[in-house]
Amino acid sequence: MCGIVGLFLKDKSLEPRLGELLTSMLITMTDRGPDSAGIAIYGGETQGRTKMTVQSDTPDVAFDGLDKALEKALGGSVSMRVKSTHAVLDIPAGTAANVRMLLTEMDRGIRMMSRGDSLEIYKEVGLPKDVAAQFDVSNMAGTHGIGHTRMATESAVTTMGAHPFNTGDDQCLVHNGSLSNHNSLRRKLRRDGIHIETENDTEVGAAYLTWQMQNGATLGDALKNSLDDLDGFFTFVVGTKDGFGVVRDPIACKPAVMAETDQYVAFGSEYRALVDLPGIETARVWEPEPATVYFWSHNPTSPTSAKAA
Amino acid sequence: MQTIDLSKIGLREMNKTLHAQAANTNQTTWEIVNPKGAHAIACGLDAPIEVTVKGSTGYYCAGMNQQATVNIKGSAGPGTAENMMSGKVFVDGDASQYAGATGHGGLLVIKGNASSRCGISMKGINIVVHGNIGHMSAFMGQSGNLVVCGDAGDALGDSCYEARLFVRGSVKSLGADCEEKEMRPEHLEILRDLLAEAGSDAKPEDFKRYGSARNLYNFDVDNAAAY
Repeated sequence: MCGIVGLFLKDKSLEPRLGELLTSMLITMTDRGPDSAGIAIYGGETQGRTKMTVQSDTPDVAFDGLDKALEKALGGSVSMRVKSTHAVLDIPAGTAANVRMLLTEMDRGIRMMSRGDSLEIYKEVGLPKDVAAQFDVSNMAGTHGIGHTRMATESAVTTMGAHPFNTGDDQCLVHNGSLSNHNSLRRKLRRDGIHIETENDTEVGAAYLTWQMQNGATLGDALKNSLDDLDGFFTFVVGTKDGFGVVRDPIACKPAVMAETDQYVAFGSEYRALVDLPGIETARVWEPEPATVYFWSHNPTSPTSAKAA
Repeated sequence: MQTIDLSKIGLREMNKTLHAQAANTNQTTWEIVNPKGAHAIACGLDAPIEVTVKGSTGYYCAGMNQQATVNIKGSAGPGTAENMMSGKVFVDGDASQYAGATGHGGLLVIKGNASSRCGISMKGINIVVHGNIGHMSAFMGQSGNLVVCGDAGDALGDSCYEARLFVRGSVKSLGADCEEKEMRPEHLEILRDLLAEAGSDAKPEDFKRYGSARNLYNFDVDNAAAY
């Protein structure tokens, strides 16, 4: 099964409540998948800075003095917010690739969850309510976010197998369903030099989008092409710096419900996830069509044609 | 009228209360408030009662219904009125995938649109959709009538047996072994009755009838190599 939720805010006055609303939506979806949970929050960006969310199973050791060590190696200012097993590194813009290399060299057992100017991803094994509490998601503000609760089918229940998956700068993917050609596609993508860490099917879906965009496709094109190249069942929700997108495979047996008001656009695997949103009684509620790419964006210029960063 | 607040007594207690109603019950009208998209609301009813759900429902509302009338004053999730035997189910909004699946009897009316696989493997149920229906509807439909006042999606009536399919609007594509058929007076009569019962003012003459071309019924020795 798996449960997906997404919330894109149009009304700025709701932004301080983004984490709280998403958490409540995700907890409602717990019985669609209790294995692991994750949330991607777009909390806004700072000029000249970018962010990297990292994870460690031994945060006390791994994150100890990490900011100072990176600062020294990088020669630019680095600040760090530690949240349980995760840490958000605030680094100078344009240094993400360098920081990633330094983290590998330091060999502290640190894994990268996300990179981007606005995006932060928090995910761990456990129930949505526990994972949300672990990272204090309820108190996070932002413009939009997506969440996932997993019922594992294709690979192990681990932090790295949890969703959302970071696909490119400020981009992430969550998935309900299962891909059946992930093994052959993984081999093909690895031959083309795409880094794929686990045996998870969704990670291959995420890597596929990355690969498409590296080869010049827009995110909208990459999603359209996924309908031809990915074999299996999927409802995907993708997060971008400016908004989010939804696409379902042509068979569309994985459920999806959307709601829109003047204040927000919301996505849920089921209507249950949406019932506590403000003004839901009068919202336009509908089911997204199969094999159709949908996008909502804060950026008035077409988000589907925007090239990947 | 009896009112049940689902947020107070919970799903099992609510369904238990409705199941306890016998054929000769005096409590014939029920209202369920705060459904909040919950699953399996008013499932397995077997008494001539009328249940009105004040809001939208989740999976399998009014599944396996016998005798009862269930009104959903909102939209309905997947599998609504699945395997209905008799009775009536009215959905004011839209219905998600496989509404009325495998239904043996009774009437399902959807005032909005129905999603994919509406009436899949229907076995005698009558379904009237005021709006459109999605792809693969009436797949392997065996008997009963599916009436669509709007348009039908891809692969309508794929591999169907003797279910009758009536569509007023366009059909995106017909499924394997489904074809347009002649509309005879007896079909117009069936359609007139169903539309009236479903509260639709659509004219029977505006519909086209589709059904099985009956080529998939039997093993054809010429196809032996395909297996």
